[in-house]
Amino acid sequence: MTVAVESKDLVKTFTSRSGDVKAVCGVDLKVEQAEIFGFLGPNGAGKSTTVRMLTTLTTITSGTATVAGINVAKEPDETRRRIGVALQEAGLDPRQTGRELLILQGRLFNFSRAEAAERAKELLELVDLVDAADRLIKGYSGGMKRRLDLASALVHDPEVLFLDEPTTGLDPSSRLVVWDEVRRINERGTTVFLTTQYLEEADQLCDRLAIIDAGRIVCEGTPAELKADLRQRRGMTSEPTLDDVFLDVTGRTRERTAGEVQEVQS
Amino acid sequence: MNAVLVLGERAVREARRAPDALLPTLLIPIFFLVVNVGQAAKIFPSGSTGFLEGQNYAAFQMPSSLLLAASFGTAALYLVEEIENGYFDKMRATPVSRTSLALGRLSAEALKNIGISTVIILLALPFGVRIASGPIGYVLLLALCAGWAVLYAGFLQLIALKTRSAAATNSMGLLFFPLLFLTPNFVPRELLTRPMEIAATLNPVTYLMEAMRSLILQDLNWPVIGKGFAVIIAGGLAVIALNVRTMRSYD
Repeated sequence: MTVAVESKDLVKTFTSRSGDVKAVCGVDLKVEQAEIFGFLGPNGAGKSTTVRMLTTLTTITSGTATVAGINVAKEPDETRRRIGVALQEAGLDPRQTGRELLILQGRLFNFSRAEAAERAKELLELVDLVDAADRLIKGYSGGMKRRLDLASALVHDPEVLFLDEPTTGLDPSSRLVVWDEVRRINERGTTVFLTTQYLEEADQLCDRLAIIDAGRIVCEGTPAELKADLRQRRGMTSEPTLDDVFLDVTGRTRERTAGEVQEVQS
Repeated sequence: MNAVLVLGERAVREARRAPDALLPTLLIPIFFLVVNVGQAAKIFPSGSTGFLEGQNYAAFQMPSSLLLAASFGTAALYLVEEIENGYFDKMRATPVSRTSLALGRLSAEALKNIGISTVIILLALPFGVRIASGPIGYVLLLALCAGWAVLYAGFLQLIALKTRSAAATNSMGLLFFPLLFLTPNFVPRELLTRPMEIAATLNPVTYLMEAMRSLILQDLNWPVIGKGFAVIIAGGLAVIALNVRTMRSYD
């Protein structure tokens, strides 16, 4: 298998007046091509910072990262050509229509006006926004914005798609729609790097996952492997859930976690 | 270049959708023009005031209003909004050059300002103001106005990038007022008191204002016009370079 995303000893330190804060402390990751990789962790664990480094949005303090075979720090523009990014907040311009936003995105990837318009049409159909295509985005619901954000990340048919908490704040039905879209995108061969706080989401969608806590990877494997490992280590009689794995590796209790990780209770 | 046009087109489209946002940009400079002329026109009658070159005091005051109009750009405030809602990151994740990102909205500021300056000049014509340097002078006058619009919006865009705060960006926008009033705003530089003359001489906006004024009151006076363009070119390049540098190291 070809490696789609790889990081070695990735570190990010933020410098402020009150001192340095090490947000990511030596993350090693390997994501195979065409898999859905889940990146889990509590709030402030370093998930988004890692994604921001991998997507060229934040400078890397030390260590190396390659995405689609490209060194992120050395060739940021080439990296950007190969990735799609949908960040935590659906990053959209509320004063444009959905169609205009997708056309603009296409043109920023050097599509001609006609090519960008055609691609926008395809994507609007894909995310079921044809009827709302010519309405201003500020009138869209949260779910529609998420779907449009996802579509805009797909304009140039990226090799690797980074989704940072794509379903946070969505109602259950909108969340299922996004899951379906992610599966559909992955079936076409796109590698998906997904951060989430929803363990059920990771269990449903991801081929493999890693859990990060306090800037370090604390476990990595397929959901089944991680559950089996916990069962064996703890001598559990019943099948553990991913929640149990999460609580075990992050050293959190259910009470503490309830405030930090949403929907941890199944 | 293609990306600058695409991003500029988007900003112009936004402006078309919110024409009411442009109204203050037009009305406030006209208000200042009317008030300043109303207060000082009798002190400087056109027939006996040499520095008016045969025109009325409104012609002398025009550059202040044009500069004021060019200082009301919205690029920086829209940028803060995009930083806050995540769209700026979305654009940073595209392979568009950071120079194009910096210039996208600024190019639209230039275009919007050409429209606004033209309206202000057209409104002044019935009141006896004319562009003494002719059509070439008119084009140069618009170029200076648009240049200042880019320079000042670029400066505020830099503040937006550094602070990521709408409040800080708005506050810095008011810096234009001391810059405007430390110029030969009401009378030529040689008639200012010595401390004001020194302050005006040190203020780059003075050279811009004098260049604009010479285009309105005189035939083409290249040394004076040249200094105005030198301010725009040097200031504009510096501001754009700082914008690009800040975008490249933006975390």
